[in-house]
Amino acid sequence: MKFVDEFRDAGVINKTADEIRRLADPARHYRFMEVCGGHTHAIYRFGLKDILPDNIELIHGPGCPVCVLPMGRIDDGLALAKDPAVIFTAFGDMMRVPGTQGSPLEHKARGMDVRIVYSPSDALKLARLNPDRHVMFFAIGFETTAPSTALTLLRAKTEGIHNFSVFCNHVTIIPAIRAILDSPDMRLDAFIGPGHVSTVIGCRPYEWIAKDEHKPIAVSGFEPLDILQAIVMVLRQMKAGEAKVENQYKRVVPWEGNRAALRAMGEVFQLRPYFEWRGLGFISQSALRIRDSFAEWDSEQRFQVPGVRVTDPKAAQCGEVLKGVLKPAQCKLFGKECTPEHPTGALMVSSEGSCAAYYNYEHRKATVASLSWPA
Amino acid sequence: MCLAIPGKIIEVPVEGATQATVEVVGVRRKVDLGLLTENMPVLGDWVLIHVGFAMSKISEQDALDQMNTLRMLGEAEQAMEEVRGYGVEQE
Repeated sequence: MKFVDEFRDAGVINKTADEIRRLADPARHYRFMEVCGGHTHAIYRFGLKDILPDNIELIHGPGCPVCVLPMGRIDDGLALAKDPAVIFTAFGDMMRVPGTQGSPLEHKARGMDVRIVYSPSDALKLARLNPDRHVMFFAIGFETTAPSTALTLLRAKTEGIHNFSVFCNHVTIIPAIRAILDSPDMRLDAFIGPGHVSTVIGCRPYEWIAKDEHKPIAVSGFEPLDILQAIVMVLRQMKAGEAKVENQYKRVVPWEGNRAALRAMGEVFQLRPYFEWRGLGFISQSALRIRDSFAEWDSEQRFQVPGVRVTDPKAAQCGEVLKGVLKPAQCKLFGKECTPEHPTGALMVSSEGSCAAYYNYEHRKATVASLSWPA
Repeated sequence: MCLAIPGKIIEVPVEGATQATVEVVGVRRKVDLGLLTENMPVLGDWVLIHVGFAMSKISEQDALDQMNTLRMLGEAEQAMEEVRGYGVEQE
């Protein structure tokens, strides 16, 4: 594993790795899903795979909001921004994500007024500074980001800023986990729960995973030791024949979540009946829309949205990779038609997507090794 | 976008507002404390910042560890770029 010596707890990391080896039954194979894209990135970056026994497989879950956003939504957002009166704003992560007619950045190169913001409140500030233009914020993210959008919309309404709207693509993590667990080819044993999403929703929403599905889950932080400790927690539960929700990331995640954030979300958003996820298809009640009481600040209610649908190429096996049935490199398109530079499927789109992470850390390493001269 | 950046509160919001000044590795920016109204940070507290909003209070040690984690994830530069980017009037 990389960087071990740089951590103040290098000794603890090695001890925890020993504990994992002691707890894991060599006669069985374990499949644990880390739900959050941040964990996926950390697992590859720190080389955690190298420290784990071979019979513990980490499956990379659906928690990368850029990856699971259908291409049609990007087309829809950009279509609204064709009006020269509109300033299209989004986080930097969205800028290179391809729509059928190119990414927001490519649209900017063609003359569209596209601007990066680092906070939804800065999009609102742009609206204040440009009263003769309409500022649209292309919102993405799970429950970590949705409260900030909600608070920004509450401010827009209170301050009466009418040249601002949000094109809302916020999604919720629980229905995606449910869709994965409901899938007939599901083979997971336990979950590493998302860290920052849980600061908002808390740990209670995961209880059904333990109670009804009998799968252990440990909410985890992002340091190598955090992830290893979460693995110890679920292994201990499995060994004891238990399934419960544990909180490894107590220093940041309160069991009850953040009530102020949940209240802001409840005031501004309601669940959509269904929403399409790239790689997983339509999932009921899995995304947020803006309430009618905020219709004036909802790009979808305020403007005519084309409603573009773009299906992923049939050969792309993103769904199978998301459910842990296939590893990234087992997809027919991996590293050929589908690369981080030219993504065909959802999971190659962002560096937090499992295929892009696998490509950047494993595939490139293997390619470089195979190209090097024999000693 | 999924970055959580540690910052220290160096100026609390004025009465009735939620904009505080935080310092992240020497860079000072306004962040919004509106999501922490039930547990409002005070001067000198450390918070985790996500897209310009403080998400939770953390200890100083956890803040230092979080910055270390970002550095080792190769995301410290990106985090500082985000912090510097807060506030459009600075562009």
